[in-house]
Amino acid sequence: MRFAVVQFGGSNCDRDVHHVLESVCGVDADLVWYKERLGNRYDAVVIPGGFSYGDYLRAGAIAARTPIMADIIGHAGAGGLVLGICNGAQIGAESGLVEGTFTMNSTPKFICEWVYLRVETTDSPFTSAYRQGEVIRIPIAHKEGRFVTTPDILVRLEQEGRIAFIFCDEQGAVTAESNPNGSLGNITGILGKENNVLMMMPHPERASEDIVGSADGKRLFDSMIAYIERGE
Amino acid sequence: MVSAQDRGFLETTLGRPLTALELACFENLWSEHCSYRSTRALLKTLPTTGENVILGPGDDAAIVRFSDTCALAIGMESHNHPSYVDPYDGAATGVGGIVRDVISMGARPIALMDPLYFGPPDQEKNRYLFEHVVSGIGDYGNCIGVPVVRGELVFDDSYSGNPLVNVVCVGVVHPENYLSARVKQPGNRLVLVGASTGRDGLGGASFASRDLAEDAEAEDRPSVQIGDPFAEKLLIEATLAMAETGKVRSCRDLGAAGLAGASSEMASTFGARIEADRVHLRERGMNEVEIMLAESQERMLLEVAPEDVPLMGAIAEKYDLVWSDIGEVIAARRYVVTFRGDVVCDLPIDLLVGGAPEEPWPGEPSHHETAFAAPPGDLRDLCLAVLSHPDVADTTWVSRQYDHHVQIRTLSTDHDAAVLRLGNDALVLSCGCNPRHIYLKPYEGAANAVLENASNLACRGADPLCIVNCLNFASPVHPEVYWQLSQSVAGMGDMARTLGIPVVGGNVSLYNESDEWDTRIKPTPSIGMAGRGPQIGYSPPREGCVLALVGETRPEFGGSVLDAVTGCGGSAPTVGDPSLLGPIRDLIRTGAVEAVCDLSHGGLIVALAKMAPAASVHLPGNPLEQLFSESYGRFLVACRDPGVLKGIPCEVIGEVGSGPLSIRCGSQSLSLGAAEIEKARATLTRLMSY
Repeated sequence: MRFAVVQFGGSNCDRDVHHVLESVCGVDADLVWYKERLGNRYDAVVIPGGFSYGDYLRAGAIAARTPIMADIIGHAGAGGLVLGICNGAQIGAESGLVEGTFTMNSTPKFICEWVYLRVETTDSPFTSAYRQGEVIRIPIAHKEGRFVTTPDILVRLEQEGRIAFIFCDEQGAVTAESNPNGSLGNITGILGKENNVLMMMPHPERASEDIVGSADGKRLFDSMIAYIERGE
Repeated sequence: MVSAQDRGFLETTLGRPLTALELACFENLWSEHCSYRSTRALLKTLPTTGENVILGPGDDAAIVRFSDTCALAIGMESHNHPSYVDPYDGAATGVGGIVRDVISMGARPIALMDPLYFGPPDQEKNRYLFEHVVSGIGDYGNCIGVPVVRGELVFDDSYSGNPLVNVVCVGVVHPENYLSARVKQPGNRLVLVGASTGRDGLGGASFASRDLAEDAEAEDRPSVQIGDPFAEKLLIEATLAMAETGKVRSCRDLGAAGLAGASSEMASTFGARIEADRVHLRERGMNEVEIMLAESQERMLLEVAPEDVPLMGAIAEKYDLVWSDIGEVIAARRYVVTFRGDVVCDLPIDLLVGGAPEEPWPGEPSHHETAFAAPPGDLRDLCLAVLSHPDVADTTWVSRQYDHHVQIRTLSTDHDAAVLRLGNDALVLSCGCNPRHIYLKPYEGAANAVLENASNLACRGADPLCIVNCLNFASPVHPEVYWQLSQSVAGMGDMARTLGIPVVGGNVSLYNESDEWDTRIKPTPSIGMAGRGPQIGYSPPREGCVLALVGETRPEFGGSVLDAVTGCGGSAPTVGDPSLLGPIRDLIRTGAVEAVCDLSHGGLIVALAKMAPAASVHLPGNPLEQLFSESYGRFLVACRDPGVLKGIPCEVIGEVGSGPLSIRCGSQSLSLGAAEIEKARATLTRLMSY
């Protein structure tokens, strides 16, 4: 089993994700510079957080137009797993890997803090190790993380069970106060059409060891590893 | 400008008139910012060596041993003047500059701290500066993926018109693999990597060495650099990849005085010949003075053997960075620049670098302490007034704008120290000083700044390893200011010696005064301290814990928060007792106590509000003294069994509960609810959120 962690100029969570995959989860992972091609040797691709191209033009917009993104879209099309975290999610949304857009927070400031998420589906390669409706604690760190989409798409995402994570309070109640960035429907993690793509703003790699405050995010990587091991 | 006296001296020494470029080089390199000509003699008195110091002051950053396989690269800088003229870009490029100082040592930056000093936030201009300085630091630090883990905020009238933006950066490097900024071998090439050079930031070093005129914002704007954190991030990765090859002989970032500053200081072990035409430019028609002095950001200069130039070029190109081979190290001790076939600068390098004559200033003691007059008003109201002061406010509005989790080392940023895991230990960081105390008692105040930061480290069980500093002062032309400066350096040095903590680097920022606001800053010798401790985060003490006050409380109100809100005056604190640091460290390391914090800004009432906002407390003696004195060397300890405090001078003062903070002192008693405390401490949130 081998993961690719893609590095764009300006990625800055690449080494963190690599650390969690190799040292915490115990799987092989390569850092892949965007000028290299992906090839077909990876079971899963992670697009990590950061500020690819300095967020110039629009977060994720320039990275979405690099050749390696065509490889990643091809990997997803062939059923491979793709996880986008934070800037990775912005790039994924810009690339059409999921529907909807991540845009400027309702208060246009960067927000770095611990939040609670409710797991909305366990029926995906990323969330099978959670319980349906479980509340997990995980940090966010972004300025352009407010999820928006059209009413039609929102209805479809709900109907098709493609909403993975929503902001909630400690008890799991979905409230305006527990929505840090003004995301539509508190949504902050969405699945692609085939459930093998997840784009999320919160950082599971920052919540994968108890010593840093939470290990709730590790089960996301554990879910991916279990899925790959099952060879589905 | 080069003074007439300096110019006369130089032209007599050289026996000819200076060229335009030479004049510009001297103007910048002989400025206080680059040459420390007003402060060199004072700085020499600081202790700079120690068993863990691998490389002390004088390079881009200091190198201090953390473990057998890990050394810290640490530096601290101010970016005060630019942050008034253009707060966003001024603060952002302040971060960029100190981060490059760390990368140029071959170290990966892992943490930032930012002590900030502003005028009162009830004035719109100060709020504007505060908001944009924080945005500038956040946007830059967040983008390059270096967490801002600590800071300090002080609001005082004296900073209106002259805010201070200080930044500490810490990096890590293998103790045997760090780079220095001193060239090694004549014949080696000098390779410039990174952003192209434009006309931005011309004369920044000399700009930083004078006071801000009334029309500073309009006139000085061209002196402020614009940062590009994306380019900086690429430069981090490229420089570290270059260092990894083992082929980089020396390396220096381009900061104050641009390419002229970096290349001449770096080459001062030998000499250098620079071909200004070969520098990659972003503007047409730049002359040699502009090319050599521009302070365009995100550039790095490396010395490599001629045969290794293509390898460095290939690494730069991998990271989409432009590079050029701009000159060579020469054996002659000269600094030569050619441009369009002409020699436009040819100077003895020792004259340019380190040749600035020292500038002596007369000092004259000043006294600003006044007699203490007990403030009128109810004790409860005084508590709320102190808790509402912005210096002790909840700083979440600031910290949530900084990505303090990236690199996943951060175990805690609570209270006054950050704890980051590093190998099997924790790197523990603290920063700041108390300018109001230092204004009243410069020697004692600066000594206490060292003690206070060491206390913050002790509260996390950490031993201090080193200090970096920024000596922010008004113009030394005022004898009072020079006296404050010399007293501060003496106090800092003496306490650093007492505690055995070397001062390994820093900078000096003088002329912090404003004609526009008619202000001179209070003396602000801000420090950053790094230490090594156990990997223990902070968790609040649980109900039932006994609260004890460790250390001696004296009636020291001068410069306190109580003084700031009531004008009560009084004596500023004398030098605190450092003997309790060891016992406090041991209590944390052995797990004997649940939580400890030291008493600083605001005294005991603030420590209680932060650490034990639900508690019942009974204090002996004078209520004002007990609650608001800011005597140093004191700690609030929460433990299950007060027996663990045996042998430590302390007094049990209460117990952690679940209700309000209720305080009994002599015949007076008061009670503050959790919501009231939270509301009082929400001053900054209230002022800054919209």
